[in-house]
Amino acid sequence: MNARQSPLLEVVDLVKSFPVYNAFGSRSGELVAVDHVSFSIRRGGIYGLAGESGSGKSTIARMIMGLLAPTGGDVLLGSENITGTLGTRARSRQVQMVFQNPGSSLNPRRTIGQSIAVPLEAHAYPRADRRRRITELLDMVQLPASFADRYPHELSGGQKQRVAIARALAVAPQLIVLDEPTSALDVSVQAKVIELLTELGRQLDLTYLFISHDLSLMRNFADEVGILYRGRIVESGPTAKVFEHPEHDYTRLLIASVPVISAEEEALRPHIPLIDGEIPTAEKLLALRESQRTTEVPKRI
Amino acid sequence: MTDALLSVRNLSVAFTTYGRTQPVLHGVSLDVPARSHVALVGESGSGKTVTMKSIMGLLHMPPASISSGAILYDGRDLLTMPRRERLKLTGTDMSMVFQDPMSSLNPVFTIADQMSTILKYADKRLGRSRSRRQRMDRVLEVLGQVRMREPERVARSYPIMLSGGMRQRVLIAMALLSEPRLLIADEPGTALDVTTQAQILKLLKDLVEERGLALLMITHNLGVVRETSDYVYVMHKGKVVEEAPTAELFAAPKVAYTRALIDAVPRLTGARPTQRMEAAP
Amino acid sequence: MSDELTLAEDAPRLSSAYQSWYRFSRNPTAMIGLVIVAVCVLAAILAPWITPHPDHVGAVVNFRARHLPPSADYWFGTDNVGRDIFTRVIFGFRISLMLAVVVLGTAIPIGTILGLMAGYFGGWVEIVFMRFTDIALAIPPLVMALAVAAVLSPDLVNSMLAIAALWWTWHTRLIYSITRQLRTREFVEAAETLGASKFHILFREILPNCVSAIAVKTSLDCGFVILVGASLSFLGLGIQPPTPDLGTMVASGSAFLPDYWWESVLPGCAILFVALGFNLLGDGLRDLYDVENVR
Repeated sequence: MNARQSPLLEVVDLVKSFPVYNAFGSRSGELVAVDHVSFSIRRGGIYGLAGESGSGKSTIARMIMGLLAPTGGDVLLGSENITGTLGTRARSRQVQMVFQNPGSSLNPRRTIGQSIAVPLEAHAYPRADRRRRITELLDMVQLPASFADRYPHELSGGQKQRVAIARALAVAPQLIVLDEPTSALDVSVQAKVIELLTELGRQLDLTYLFISHDLSLMRNFADEVGILYRGRIVESGPTAKVFEHPEHDYTRLLIASVPVISAEEEALRPHIPLIDGEIPTAEKLLALRESQRTTEVPKRI
Repeated sequence: MTDALLSVRNLSVAFTTYGRTQPVLHGVSLDVPARSHVALVGESGSGKTVTMKSIMGLLHMPPASISSGAILYDGRDLLTMPRRERLKLTGTDMSMVFQDPMSSLNPVFTIADQMSTILKYADKRLGRSRSRRQRMDRVLEVLGQVRMREPERVARSYPIMLSGGMRQRVLIAMALLSEPRLLIADEPGTALDVTTQAQILKLLKDLVEERGLALLMITHNLGVVRETSDYVYVMHKGKVVEEAPTAELFAAPKVAYTRALIDAVPRLTGARPTQRMEAAP
Repeated sequence: MSDELTLAEDAPRLSSAYQSWYRFSRNPTAMIGLVIVAVCVLAAILAPWITPHPDHVGAVVNFRARHLPPSADYWFGTDNVGRDIFTRVIFGFRISLMLAVVVLGTAIPIGTILGLMAGYFGGWVEIVFMRFTDIALAIPPLVMALAVAAVLSPDLVNSMLAIAALWWTWHTRLIYSITRQLRTREFVEAAETLGASKFHILFREILPNCVSAIAVKTSLDCGFVILVGASLSFLGLGIQPPTPDLGTMVASGSAFLPDYWWESVLPGCAILFVALGFNLLGDGLRDLYDVENVR
């Protein structure tokens, strides 16, 4: 039980900034995309990172995968520091990723079988067993073995994403980073893919880092969440707690903005005061709260 | 039933690709009465976009061909009326809010340029004329209507200078330019963040209510349907499989497909309504 | 509910080869180009058997038949020593096509490998390779060929070498720009995170996606290489007589203009014909693949 409680992935004080250049090509500033982000995922857990565009959620995923070198901070896997070990074989055996768009994460000119074979080749899987392993992987994601000879354009979006999941599972990794894995899919297909991921996670004892902007989906899939706003985690905790008792104003705005389909969900959404008859933007809401807070200070004294 | 502002009657459309003809719409019928808010919902490939394009006359023919049916607007069939007559209606009396605020605006012209050009051609089609000054006034007026804080500044801007939410507002303003009676919105706000989308949906709802417009909303998002419409048509494989007042549809979906669709939506409460899905045939 | 059934999937699948052929065959210019290229290639291969006077290829002299206008016997007329021009034109295709094959056969592999590496690795590799390419690009192939012919001797091998030594630059730039775009595509990143080797990423992930562009470029280039080759021969720096070459024939026939016009005009038309064929084919292929890329 102790092993289960220990974190598999620890992200400590991760920072990523991009230099900003002016029209003359000299460095004029810095864009901080990820601002001292820390979180950990326990073995077998599903950690959700929720945020809107520009929140830095994909940047964090790319740094964990080694596709991007962090400006500062550490990524620990088990007890091993894997920060910046860009694209090494050791990392790819332990951490895998499922990309957002199944249409572009599979090479259009290679068959499904060839795509799934990439990690097997990279990790010197015995040649004789590859075909059998590919069939086995396709079976795990509930696709027929005959799909191995097809090209991505012959598959539907959901089927392609299943192939991407099969490919990620090929070398039996411990952690899978899911970067908006269902945002390009229809809702009925999304439900099936999420069901599959849940099932596989249970069977293979996988740990997931789930990145999404879809809060309803997050609520259903993740058991812990971190809410990102402008590169910072503004709130985190067990999913049920964050959704039922959001503390940060941004979290409240985010949850209140989700279009829902039932009265029960409507009751759960926090009430956000309208400013000038409009739903406020995050900047406006946070600025307003900030000014209220500062005007309150003298009263207390 | 015939008093509907827009009435699609038994519309069938086929596509011919690689020498092979395939039907994509099988007798679609729907009504949008004046001042009503109707949603057309379906997954990709359901035919909702083809239906919308047929109404707006945006189908490329060929490869598309309309095999049968009628699209009545104000009691007149858009499909049989002369092209000139039809152009007087589309883009003026029935107008469209496009989905993608990035690609629907031309990056090299200012918002004011683009909007007054649209207005100029709308006027021309209707045989009206307006001075430059009057056109500009109208542009600023509609930008104000979509609650742009500084209409003058926005009008002078190029699309790249505006945020995604503001660009979507500009697209709504464009649709309002020639005072339409029917607004057709194609997945509005889908390309935007959820907080911005909420603002856009609220704005759209307020606008159509204030101005007494009819709204036909095309979307795949059931949440959006529930928040913006009072009557829904559910499309699946080129057919309307169910239609009902919105509240009724969500409370008691009659068709198995609709039930499955509703059950597939993850709930904010975390409840997993998968039991019904298994029960559905 | 059935999983993700869409309208497209209800229909029986058409093979992508069939779809490509359907689109291609509906494109009139592409089809004309294909027919022209096929005719030229077949004629060149079968030249000894299909030409009326295959012996006229060499140094045959028949003064009684010199300067004859086009007729049923001599379709393109005869030249100043009485050889059948039609026969020599068909044999001329052989030289032109061989030039194209040799030049592009060396230029494409070099250009592709340099372009792939510069585009994928970036940094110093990119700077060194691409600046080198830019320098080579600044030299016109014709001038280079003139220089080589002047220093060495004017013959076929030397002119081929000269053209090939510069032709790879265009391919490098093409492949470089495609690779730059593909480098950040998700399937390349996916391969990286899967632990794939650089070799794998360059040649198994990126290269297959460049093939259509290479095919278009190659087809268009064939026309250009043939034109450059003909220009060199016309200037007397390429193929030396009596080997039949289109450029040489235009040059030697031009001495008898305008009275015996067929001696230079008809070989000139043959150059135009084959170059046009390759260009139309290339344009057709480009249309075909553009549609595919958009999808």
